[in-house]
Amino acid sequence: MLGPGVVWYLGVAAFLFGIGALGVLVRRNPLIVLLSLEIMLNGANLALIVFSRHVRGGAGQIFALSVMAVAASEVCVGLGLVVALHRRRLALDVDRLSELRG
Amino acid sequence: MLAISAGGGLVWAVWAIAAFACLASSVAVVSFANPFYSALALIGNLGSLAVMYLLVSAEFVAAAQVLVYAGAVMVMFLFVIAYVGPRREAPWAGGPSWQTLGAVLAAGALLVEIVVAIGLSAGGRLSRSEHVNATFGSPEWIGRLFLTDHLLAFEITSIVLLVAAVGGVILGSHTRRQDSGAAPQDAEPRRERDLEAVR
Repeated sequence: MLGPGVVWYLGVAAFLFGIGALGVLVRRNPLIVLLSLEIMLNGANLALIVFSRHVRGGAGQIFALSVMAVAASEVCVGLGLVVALHRRRLALDVDRLSELRG
Repeated sequence: MLAISAGGGLVWAVWAIAAFACLASSVAVVSFANPFYSALALIGNLGSLAVMYLLVSAEFVAAAQVLVYAGAVMVMFLFVIAYVGPRREAPWAGGPSWQTLGAVLAAGALLVEIVVAIGLSAGGRLSRSEHVNATFGSPEWIGRLFLTDHLLAFEITSIVLLVAAVGGVILGSHTRRQDSGAAPQDAEPRRERDLEAVR
């Protein structure tokens, strides 16, 4: 493999996952929480694809494509929730949407 | 030999640019106050990730990343952000400060855990350089894998997408159906009552 080794790509993937986790935990706008979730999924995808290249197998890339489909489904449902919140004129703030808290 | 080392240097340069763009745009996504700018930064993030997928010879996944993520998903995001309207939010404020501090510590601990777990369990074995044949990552190879070895994953993916589409339709039509149950002149006061009850 020309260029950087597997470890370099894995470092980028780990940083992406960490930054995405930080966004999910810190931000309060549900739209940005969804965007940060996409960053986490993409970090995991990068690790899967790099490992797939490393072991020269196809399962990692298949898994990455499935993760993409699941991410698209998640965005579909998440954006549907955001639109429903906006229609009911509720605040788009995950800290204030706490009616289901036990 | 010279050509190989020059090619390696070129790959290093492209990797460094892509990795820097990837990390910088992910930090931008998390730290922008306006969700519109965050979504635009995430498009840059996805594009630079596609470049990295090309560097590890995953051509089909890179193309799918650009088409599905940077194309379809992000356009849907931008539509919803435009529909909801610009709402600004201070990126790091809100809530008690120990909450933010705890979130930063938790994310840092997660990062350290990932790095330590991968480094300790596999760090010594990940430095080999290997070559793959030309069909690795091509659409034909992916399609063959999807329809032979991973047929179950393929079919379950279609069911997941169908269920998500049905869920999105139900979420989108919920308030409308609730309103149409009442008489037309009663619809608006009733919604106001609902809102009061929710508040």
